[in-house]
Amino acid sequence: MKILVPVKRVVDYNVKIRVKADGSGVELANIKMSMNPFDEIAVEEALRLREAGKASEVIAVSIGPVKTDETIRTALAMGADRGIWVKTEEAGIEPLTVAKLLKALVAAEGPSLVILGKQAIDDDCNQTGQMLAALLGWPQATFASKVVVGEGTVDVTREIDGGLQTLRLALPAVLTTDLRLNEPRYASLPNIMKAKKKPIEEKSAAELGVDLAPRLEILSTSEPSGRTAGIKLASAAELVGHLKTAGVL
Amino acid sequence: MADTRPTLLLADHDDASLNPVTARALTAALALGAPVHVLVAGENARAAAEAAAKLDGVTEVLLADGPAFAHRLAEPVAALGVALAPAYGALIAPSTAFGKSVMPRIAALIDVMQVSDVIAVVAPDTFDRPIYAGNAIQRVRATDATKVLTIRTASFTAAGEGNAAPIRALEDAVPASGASFLGEEIAASARPDLAAARIIVSGGRALGSAENFHAIVEPLADALGAAVGASRAAVDAGYAPNDWQVGQTGKVVAPDLYVALGISGAIQHLAGMKDSKVIVAINKDEDAPIFQVADYGLVGDLFEIVPQLQAEIAKAKA
Repeated sequence: MKILVPVKRVVDYNVKIRVKADGSGVELANIKMSMNPFDEIAVEEALRLREAGKASEVIAVSIGPVKTDETIRTALAMGADRGIWVKTEEAGIEPLTVAKLLKALVAAEGPSLVILGKQAIDDDCNQTGQMLAALLGWPQATFASKVVVGEGTVDVTREIDGGLQTLRLALPAVLTTDLRLNEPRYASLPNIMKAKKKPIEEKSAAELGVDLAPRLEILSTSEPSGRTAGIKLASAAELVGHLKTAGVL
Repeated sequence: MADTRPTLLLADHDDASLNPVTARALTAALALGAPVHVLVAGENARAAAEAAAKLDGVTEVLLADGPAFAHRLAEPVAALGVALAPAYGALIAPSTAFGKSVMPRIAALIDVMQVSDVIAVVAPDTFDRPIYAGNAIQRVRATDATKVLTIRTASFTAAGEGNAAPIRALEDAVPASGASFLGEEIAASARPDLAAARIIVSGGRALGSAENFHAIVEPLADALGAAVGASRAAVDAGYAPNDWQVGQTGKVVAPDLYVALGISGAIQHLAGMKDSKVIVAINKDEDAPIFQVADYGLVGDLFEIVPQLQAEIAKAKA
């Protein structure tokens, strides 16, 4: 079976972002970009399923403007077999639109499993996987911490509030990854070199029949209200006194 | 013309009782200005529906009770939401594991772009939401005729109780889906729920072991009647279970009092607790970033300070 893994190019996990002074967005010029960390976990899980003989091919797909192919290339260097790049003018395509584009790619490629990160660390939406599953009419398992592929089914342990839940999904299905599903591998230098020769197919939203117009109008982007450092105290007794005064004990 | 359709709030519950964050999401739902109906979907969920009927401001409770809704799997609940959607101007749920799983399915099937993790209702079509782990706040206007929202409940106070809204049983059948429930491991705890607790005591990597976490963090939490949280580092190290994690990828909380023990204060963690009313930090490193958000800081060895603190609390409560 084929596994499709959508990957997103986002501001690197370690970068402290800055809001533009005019409120028009977040400063993205000359900022280090990387693959969304949850998507790395998705790629890793797909590769492990292929290595275990459960999958035949892992296809990495990304949607975005110039340089988005670098993120696909990262997935290829980790071990994905080939890439698909839906090239757009702008970054920041909304999850609903991404889900529609992915639906069209699923129709063309026929994967049995789509594995996505549970959320992207830029817009923090946590929507795309669920939306894709709904549009396809497929079952879903969000926040996966364990994935076991059986005969025509997949058993997924999910991180839910208060503990864990295990579901059995009939394939084809959509999974989204949580933080502790696996520890993604680093691409080795030989694999980075090999990845340069792997094919990336370019597609446009128009040929997939999807309108990219956003539904949310971004009115402004602002700094969160800050907190100022309080006072350092000398003893536990002093702390309890302050907490009593503040009325929180 | 303004949308006069009511708002549908999907309750988070476990059949027997209502998750207290539902009452907080209700406050956000009421802010839209339309009458609010609450949907309780489950199996043997009458008790949860009765709890929802008590919430102030609820006009009607819809109860979808049956095996199809057991464990509130996303597929059948979303199918029900889609069937009900035409009568509603907005569909809302708290940003819990349940709400996050169900709402985008509904949104996609009615062709609406969802607004996730709303922290403020500015107008019935305009909302504030955090991006980049809360390091920026985006104000968005949703142009779709129907709104689909998930609510970051830490940003809203709970609606009161004293109502007696009517409960209407729904008979909607939903199609079978390819997902089935195999099992659940929910830790039984006498402590308050992390997402709705008034006081939270959290431990970080400085605890050094699961044994220390158990021996230091948990007794202080119990002395305060608090929920227990943990930093990502402490969870990664195996000191605390995954669902105790507070932060961008864990739970976002805003209790009256947040006590951070041996937590350095990575951006990821601060994103999950910086809206707490009062923050206390106890850490050996006086330069730890946690002190930049803490109202009260104690620099020192938590293994010495925490027992002292517990003794002082016992004295204060005596």
